[in-house]
Amino acid sequence: MAECHPVGFQWVMEAKRKGATIIHVDPRFTRTSAVADLHVPLRAGTDIAFLGGLVHHVLDNDLDFREYVVHYTNAAALVSEDFRDTEDLDGLFSGYDAEEQQYDPTTWQYENAPQSAAAGMRDPGQPGGPAASEEHEAARSEQAGSGGPTVPAKPDRDETLQHPRCVFQILKRHFARYTPELVAEVCGVSEEDFLRVAKALTENSGRERTSAFCYAVGWTHHSTGVQTIRTASILQTLLGNIGRPGGGILALRGHASIQGSTDIPTLFNILPGYIPMPHAAQHRSLEEFVAEDAGSTGFWGNMDAYTVSLLKAWWGDAATQDNDFRFDYLPRLTGHHGTYDTVVNQIEGRSPGYFVVGENPAVGSANGKMQRLGLANLEWLVVRDLTMVETATFWKDGPEIESGELSTEGIGTEVFFLPAASHVEKKGSFTNTQRMLQWRHQAVQPPGDARSDLQFYYELGQRIRARLAGSTDEMDRPLLDLTWDYPTEGPLGEPDAEAVLREINGWDGSGDALSSYTQLAKDGSTACGCWIYCGVYADETNQAARRKPHWEQSLVAPEWGWAWPANRRILYNRASADPDGKPWSERKKYVWWDAEQGKWTGDDVPDFVADRAPDHVPEEGAQGPDALGGRDPFIMQTDGKAWLYVPTGLADGPLPTFYEPVESPVRNAAHRPQRNPALEDVAEPANPLNPPESRVFPYVFTSYRLTEHHTAGGMSRTLPYLSELQPEMFCEVSPRLARERGLDHGGWATIVTSRSAIEARVMVTARMRSLRLGERWVEHVGLPYHWGANGLVTGDSVNDLVGIALDPNVHIQDKVGTCDIRPGRRPRGPALVDFVDDYRRRSGAHPAEEDDS
Amino acid sequence: MPTPLEWPLLRQLRGRDRLGRGAAVESATTRSITPRTRTADRVVDSVCPFCAVGCGQKVYVQDEKVTQIEGDPASPISRGRLCPKGSASTQLVTSDHRVTKVRYRRPHGTAWEDLDLDTAMDMIADRVVATRRKYWEWEDEHGRRTRRTLGIASLGGATLDNEENYLMKKLYTAMGAVQIENQARI
Repeated sequence: MAECHPVGFQWVMEAKRKGATIIHVDPRFTRTSAVADLHVPLRAGTDIAFLGGLVHHVLDNDLDFREYVVHYTNAAALVSEDFRDTEDLDGLFSGYDAEEQQYDPTTWQYENAPQSAAAGMRDPGQPGGPAASEEHEAARSEQAGSGGPTVPAKPDRDETLQHPRCVFQILKRHFARYTPELVAEVCGVSEEDFLRVAKALTENSGRERTSAFCYAVGWTHHSTGVQTIRTASILQTLLGNIGRPGGGILALRGHASIQGSTDIPTLFNILPGYIPMPHAAQHRSLEEFVAEDAGSTGFWGNMDAYTVSLLKAWWGDAATQDNDFRFDYLPRLTGHHGTYDTVVNQIEGRSPGYFVVGENPAVGSANGKMQRLGLANLEWLVVRDLTMVETATFWKDGPEIESGELSTEGIGTEVFFLPAASHVEKKGSFTNTQRMLQWRHQAVQPPGDARSDLQFYYELGQRIRARLAGSTDEMDRPLLDLTWDYPTEGPLGEPDAEAVLREINGWDGSGDALSSYTQLAKDGSTACGCWIYCGVYADETNQAARRKPHWEQSLVAPEWGWAWPANRRILYNRASADPDGKPWSERKKYVWWDAEQGKWTGDDVPDFVADRAPDHVPEEGAQGPDALGGRDPFIMQTDGKAWLYVPTGLADGPLPTFYEPVESPVRNAAHRPQRNPALEDVAEPANPLNPPESRVFPYVFTSYRLTEHHTAGGMSRTLPYLSELQPEMFCEVSPRLARERGLDHGGWATIVTSRSAIEARVMVTARMRSLRLGERWVEHVGLPYHWGANGLVTGDSVNDLVGIALDPNVHIQDKVGTCDIRPGRRPRGPALVDFVDDYRRRSGAHPAEEDDS
Repeated sequence: MPTPLEWPLLRQLRGRDRLGRGAAVESATTRSITPRTRTADRVVDSVCPFCAVGCGQKVYVQDEKVTQIEGDPASPISRGRLCPKGSASTQLVTSDHRVTKVRYRRPHGTAWEDLDLDTAMDMIADRVVATRRKYWEWEDEHGRRTRRTLGIASLGGATLDNEENYLMKKLYTAMGAVQIENQARI
């Protein structure tokens, strides 16, 4: 955190000054470790085992926050008799289909729940229709970013937590094997260090105290990434650390508006506000689309109003009740269409047009060669950026040109490079990692041909619509009926970003800006481009532009920017009060029930129905927010509770289970299956995977960022200050590994996987730890991934080493793999291909087999 | 002729400015110059474009050029601080490495060519319309209505503004393009 989010880290240091214990769990020793009370190095990719050990420690020693757990979580819920745990089935859950490498989640449901397949795995309703595998591919779990997957009814509960099939008991059995001994064996963390962490964490949780977890892609970039976050969620929920000040699981996101581009998604599987993209099999009409969610408990029960308001924002007067609000205009998914699927489509010639906007996949995406083979097989490519990134120049200086695998003359891709406006040359909002929108004002005009992306897309839309004007073809209706008329301003005719923000916020029937998503209606009388952002333009005022200095307001600083939803700064903050609505303690007072006034109040906007009393019991058959009881703080979950166990919505199990990374030097000590049994393979010749326990690839590599560079380098390798601070690609190795392989500090090394080989300067440092796993040592090669061929400082690209095998929930790749490292520079030209081929042959590495189903 | 005792290091050791951040490092020259933050024509509120912490920035503009970017002390997030990257943002926006003209590489071409922006926009619009039509799909292989094109894909958004992402998703969806992705999945 000190390396990659340095200014955010000042608050960790403030906490330390007040007496907080800082623990840093990371394979390498960094600037964070340097100021932490305890640094715990662990083997990369073993976080589920480590966190699972902490869950076990809490359960085994009765250290959970029992009152919180009983009332605010699904610990008491009873699970179906048909469910079988990994403890019963040798490392697999019930419902596994070995041939398809996927789960049927039916048996994971709560007891007595009506039969309903999990989100994204629902019956297509076509007997004899396409194979179930395809439904499985429709990722829906990201939908839970705003509304949890649907459970059909509130489950039966045993609040004594003694029933053998209640979630709490299932959890106890499931995590029983995650002992300190297992943690030591899997993670390479000594029992002593592990117990120090367990003690510090549990002693600092409860009524009087809270603990927070901060994480970044070290947890998520794995074929088990989602389950890693789930393990932390279970732990923090058991300890009562969610919805309370000083608690939480805090994602430290890596780009200025990566949160915003998830909320208003440039992502395949969701529409603005985490409304899922409709699926061809399940969502033939608006009624079918909203039926699964409409009426379920909590605020996701109003999904129909959010969807209709979005359709009204996009298709205006053309969207009416009679025509299903033009729901039919939305394209349908039939499977997953993630970025790696797109690359495969490009390589195989099915996807010839590509826009790359402020991104540099030739350096920044896993398996660089696959990215470039895709780029080389396009008809046209549009790159918009500040500088000439490698994605725009692959046709003349990509590694495959040097190796002779591709030739410039042979590449038929037509490339348009369009210069982009920088952050000071346009106005607009970023959403930061704490869901806060902050407005930037325009300082100067962009130079030359540089334009904002807002202007580019607005004008592209205008030109496309002009070309289609008068078309009677039904396929063109969504473009021609689209509301696409924004006021323009300034010498370049920029569309007014505030007008776009106002559309995102939404308006009512008389055209006035809405102030809250609770005003959204399903009858078409409101329009709203992103329901969770509704309120950012309340009172016709750009709330994101508020900049009241922090010294003029409370610590929560509610008048700086605007956070979704409803300017709440801590989500689910009703959980900061006890079941009766009183603060758990004076120290941790945040939001509470004011009985006299009959409403919730406190330091933040209460994340609850404002006047719902803590003792409120909903009427039988109540729906949506009306079905929330006074003790149901998790208002987006369809049962109002935090989920220790996930009865529906995940593709790889209702509970986290430790599996090894796809490429690992060791056998899985926790369970029989070596790797995530439900992971998604990407079958491509350019994507061979190193076999587990390979002697040819005996070391673990892990990639990361440096303080002085930014991701794929497009915004840092051209800056003199930053280039001077970190001038060259390097790898970090332990003294032991340096001895084993004859690597000299400051000399060159070649790092090789079955995808490629790169070279780097060697830094031999004790900051890389040799880890003891039972009888053997495990060594890491640390690789900062910022370099490429262009810019002031150049170097080989780490992502060329990385293979692709995906988490089945969110289709994210492993950033950890195995490699070999040897002294000296890598071979040049065709010799590089022979060099890698030799490794591939000797290791038996091969691509995953094509799935015929 | 100043005496050796007036050397900055000795002044720092002798005087009250032990950290060398004030009087000890001043000279006749430094006293005669004015920080460019003080002479700016205007100061514009902004936000750092690198990571997602969202540090406040103050952009100093003189003669319609950005002359300096500093941390915003009023921000409850950053309290005026910027990291090495944020502190280098002036270079990011004023860098000579920025490309300010459209560049075009024709199929099988070996070098960049010039292209007028307006022409480029027209050419891109033409290609979108043609590719969309050629790769249009009303139904998938199972006869289910899909109303889409897999011919066009897009990558990017995490470095852009919310408003930009919104127009992108809106236009692509109306176009029928579904392969829309950004750094959040990379």
